[in-house]
This record gives sequence, structure tokens and C-alpha cells, in this order.
Amino acid sequence: MLAQVNDSVNVAQNVGFAVIAAPMVVAALFLVSTKNVVHAALWLVVVLAGMAALYVLAAAEFVAVSQVLVYVGAVMVLFLFGIMLTRAQIGRDVGLNNRGWAIGIPVAVVLLGLLSYVIIDAYEDTKLPDAGGPTPTEAISDGVLSPYLIPFLAISFILLAAAIGAIVLARKD
Amino acid sequence: MFAVNFLLLGAVLFCIGVFGVIARRNAVMVLMSVELILNSVNLNLIAFALMNGNVDGQIFALYVIAIAAAEVGVGLAMVLLVYRNRRSIALDELSEMKG
Repeated sequence: MLAQVNDSVNVAQNVGFAVIAAPMVVAALFLVSTKNVVHAALWLVVVLAGMAALYVLAAAEFVAVSQVLVYVGAVMVLFLFGIMLTRAQIGRDVGLNNRGWAIGIPVAVVLLGLLSYVIIDAYEDTKLPDAGGPTPTEAISDGVLSPYLIPFLAISFILLAAAIGAIVLARKD
Repeated sequence: MFAVNFLLLGAVLFCIGVFGVIARRNAVMVLMSVELILNSVNLNLIAFALMNGNVDGQIFALYVIAIAAAEVGVGLAMVLLVYRNRRSIALDELSEMKG
């Protein structure tokens, strides 16, 4: 991609993207290949934090903060609770993969080839415009509370139902 | 930045997540891979929001984050229940519902 650099492309942004993206891909590969459940959770933190950094790079500050609060904060604690409560072996665990796990490799590679072909075919030369500063949170709230109000209410009910369902399922008696 | 930067990274993370869902036997690890998939979709939504110059994509991404949080809560409660009943969360042993 750097070979196509010309005057209208911000080189620093591309370098920053690569610096953030490379550790994310490596961490994701470790996440699906490690033999240690707790390490997998920590690799997931790397991916999620990198994702938040990329949101900032794409001028979506509010989503980046939500990502850190919800994922790196709440969801990771939930995952660690899940690992501890199910008493997964702390340390190496040999039974983490299915017997036929190798079938996943051709599936993932073929899917990646297909997706990359389509993406490169469709967006080969599309440049993202310079955002010129962060997206105002005001605009997001205007969107949530007027055109997307019905989905917002639906999500409120889903969260309520999920909270009640999780409590009912996980109660001792 | 080019749009393909974001879209290709999203595709790579999506495929890694699909591999994790197929290959893993531990239910918690499968849930982690599902999180990876949902996050890669969010990355695409953010890139499209920047490309089109409006905030709709960011709003969708926020909604996806909310749904993912609900999914993890219920999913882990179910894993906990399975563990309590069977002392194991290996997904290939859950075959009671097989006809």
C-alpha cells in the first residue's frame, strides 16, 4: 500500500495504522492458538485495545471510549470470571481444541481469499477522507435519539432481558 | 488512509475468529472468538462511517457493542450452567439433544 503513496495520502496515518494493526493480527493468532485459557483472555485485551486505537485513528472517539469501557473493562472481567468459575486449568490445557480442528484452517484461508478478492475489487483506490478532528458526540446523540430511536429502545429491552436471563440462569437454586 | 486498510484488517480478524469458532473445544474460548468476529465487523462499520462522512456507521457500531455485551452475559451464564450440571464445558460432549 505504501507504494501507492502520493501527495493526497497522509503517510503518518498509514504508518500509524500498520503499527497498530500488526500487533492486533499477531495477538489474534495467539488468541486462537494458545494452550492457556487465561493467556487467551489477555491476548483478547490486546486486540480490543488496538481496535479502540484504530477507532481514534478513524475519528470515532466516542465509540473508542465505549469500546474501552465495555470491552476492556466489563467484558474482559466477565470472561475472567467465566474462566475462574468453570475452573479451567490455569496453565497449559491439552483439551482446548476439537479433534477435527485442522479443518478450520482451509475454511478460514478460503474465506479470507474470497473476502480479500471482493474488497480489493470493490475498494481498490478508495481513499478515506481526512476527518479533520473528532466526530462531535452531539451528532451521535442526535442520531441515536431521532432516526435510530426505535432500535435504541429495542436494544434497551434486549439488555434488560439479557440481564434478567443471565441472573435466572446463573442463580444457585 | 485507504479504505482497504480497514476492510482487509477486518477480513483478517473475521477469518481468525471463524477459525477459532471451528477449532476450539472450550466454550469460553468459542465465546472469545465470537467477540473477535463482532469486533471485526465494528471496524468495517467505523471505516464506512468515515468514508461516507456521516455518523450512522458509528451508531451501528455502538449498537453492536451493546448487543455483544448482552451476548457475552447470557453466553457465560449458560456456560456456567452447563459446567454446574456436567463438570465440563467441552462442546463436543454436549450431545444429549442429538436425535
